[in-house]
Amino acid sequence: MSEVKEMAAKQERQALTGNEAMALAMRQIEPDVVAAYPITPQTEIVQIFSTYVADGLVNTEYVPVESEHSAMSAVVGSAAAGARSMTATSANGLALMWEILYIASGTRLPIVMPVVNRALSGPINIHCDHSDTMGARDSGWIQIFSENAQEAYDNMFQAIRIAEHPDVLLPAMVTTDGFIISHGMEIVNTLDDKTIKDFLGTYKIPRNLLDVDNPITVGPLALQDFYFETKVAQADAMMKAKPVILEIAEEYEKLSGRKYSFFEEYRLDDADVAIVVLGSTAGTAKVVVDNLRKEGIKAGLLKLRVFRPFPYEELKEALKHVDVIGVLDRSDSFASLGGPVFSELRAAMYDMETRPLVTNYVYGLGGRDIDLHMIEQAYRELLEIKETGKVDQYVNYLGVRE
Amino acid sequence: MALNLKTLANRPVRISSGHRACAGCGFPQVIKMVLGATESDVVAGCATGCMEVTTTVYPFTAWKTPFIHNAFENSAATISGVEAAYQSLKRQGKVDKEIKFVAFGGDGGTYDIGFQSLSGAMERGHNMVYVCYDNGAYMNTGIQRSSATPRGSHTTTTPAGTVRPGKAQYRKDLTTIMAAHGIPYVAQASVGNLVDLARKAEKAFNVEGPAFLNVFAPCRLGWAIPSDAAAQVSKDAMDCCFWPIYEVENGEWKINYKPKNKISMDDWMKPQGRFRHLFKPGMEDLRGEIQAEVDKQWELLLKRAGE
Repeated sequence: MSEVKEMAAKQERQALTGNEAMALAMRQIEPDVVAAYPITPQTEIVQIFSTYVADGLVNTEYVPVESEHSAMSAVVGSAAAGARSMTATSANGLALMWEILYIASGTRLPIVMPVVNRALSGPINIHCDHSDTMGARDSGWIQIFSENAQEAYDNMFQAIRIAEHPDVLLPAMVTTDGFIISHGMEIVNTLDDKTIKDFLGTYKIPRNLLDVDNPITVGPLALQDFYFETKVAQADAMMKAKPVILEIAEEYEKLSGRKYSFFEEYRLDDADVAIVVLGSTAGTAKVVVDNLRKEGIKAGLLKLRVFRPFPYEELKEALKHVDVIGVLDRSDSFASLGGPVFSELRAAMYDMETRPLVTNYVYGLGGRDIDLHMIEQAYRELLEIKETGKVDQYVNYLGVRE
Repeated sequence: MALNLKTLANRPVRISSGHRACAGCGFPQVIKMVLGATESDVVAGCATGCMEVTTTVYPFTAWKTPFIHNAFENSAATISGVEAAYQSLKRQGKVDKEIKFVAFGGDGGTYDIGFQSLSGAMERGHNMVYVCYDNGAYMNTGIQRSSATPRGSHTTTTPAGTVRPGKAQYRKDLTTIMAAHGIPYVAQASVGNLVDLARKAEKAFNVEGPAFLNVFAPCRLGWAIPSDAAAQVSKDAMDCCFWPIYEVENGEWKINYKPKNKISMDDWMKPQGRFRHLFKPGMEDLRGEIQAEVDKQWELLLKRAGE
């Protein structure tokens, strides 16, 4: 038996939905404070977590706030008071937190928050897309995407360690695709409580509000003379998160046998055409890659896991040999040049000596299904671009009525 | 020992001088009295506003006690989170001290944009005190009307013009609304009576659960009054019954001061520049309505207090 299989054998195999897996992870993290508010499709996470509180399985102080704005505000207070603090949300709830997302990161508080991705209103829609998280991409939060319930579970623990690392001290969101992952049941290998506790260690920030003998002022007014430096310090911390993410992934792999990095490369080594995608769609796209490979087409895939910090150097390196790249974005930026993943990846490649051709597919908004055929269609278009050597249209809407 | 001027003098002063509030501003006294009303350690928070921007200009701070500012509308939610952290860490044996929690906010941050956050924190029963310093407008942004602004008042968004004589609505009675939350202690106080304010803050800190104080705090700039007028204008506000001081303790209403010689609203309004236009010819009826409303509210308060 290989080492990985041996490790897996020690883990409990459970059938869990993404929300159940994240709630279970929260029980094992056992934050000192959770402040949260219900919103579909996230609600289950805090609902399940509430049962842990009700049954005394966790020591957590659970604050059932009256809005997401107050949820984020309360965890800013509790994290600054020296308590490991979490909340969870989706879509409009994340939008309501917006103002405080920036304050959490600007105050350098390592809050961790599952975000179950859902389309932003209007029209109101409860299903998956990434417009919520993508809108918050400049809020100074680390953003880690998950392909399935297993990754969601694993990412939660790593996010705590990354966020709380002394070189980082930034908040982190761990995302899953609403309903697709959050409500879909899968086999999840879970680690035991002690292993998790040992992996996490205790929450420590340099100074806290409850250290009354050493009073501090948190959240001061910083004007033209100091504000800029605080922002550059944040950017610096985000860059420093990169080696930390890899270091912690390695440490976690030793416990779980599961490998994590900034992204996953799937049959990418010798690929002529490749798709870059986030989240659950990667699973579907892998099937398409396998099918195309059977036809002798050198198709590959890159599944981006960490969107912030954006690993542009590593992405360039991984994709430099590919002739044509199709970037799948599950959110739009309305008449900018493509969705956020596309525009950032394309910008990253600008100074390469030989640049791959890149085109963008905006897909799946409001939970619109993305199937094998659509992804295959995209790959075939990439092959056409390879033939012609020309990208005619940068932004393509995949799976939408004309 | 009961709080009086003498005992207050020996209490810790947790706000330093040298902060940047205007001379004659009301709220520095509010901070001083409230934080001095307990001998326990206190963590304080405040909403965005004059109090915050004048006391925490980085790299300086006027707060000698742990302090957090988060945003404008969430002072109550933020301190509720700090208090939740305390409850959790105390239960786990990681903190052993007795610590009190107080959130401050101006009337804009309390009556208006922070109203939901305040209501939520009070309803959840956190062991914290919320102190509103009510100066009747958004003073930090340049004197805009809030729901605490008195009727007829000139503000920059309800300017006294040729057709409209300042703010059209009466102020929201937030203290009564907070009493309706059924929390253990609610009081209205004023910088016109500092010992009463400190005594109320002491009670507020000592009750189990949430407490709310609404404190009258003049703004010399917004009210267009001299910088030495804060105490007098506050006393007059009590004497005309515009700002009665009272407390609601476990549902029992008690008036703490009844003027022997009640003065008129005209007496109170006239020295304040924000009401100047009300004393032009043709404004008698409006002033009459304002007087009648204040009288009505005072009667209602007497009734609530069983008097």
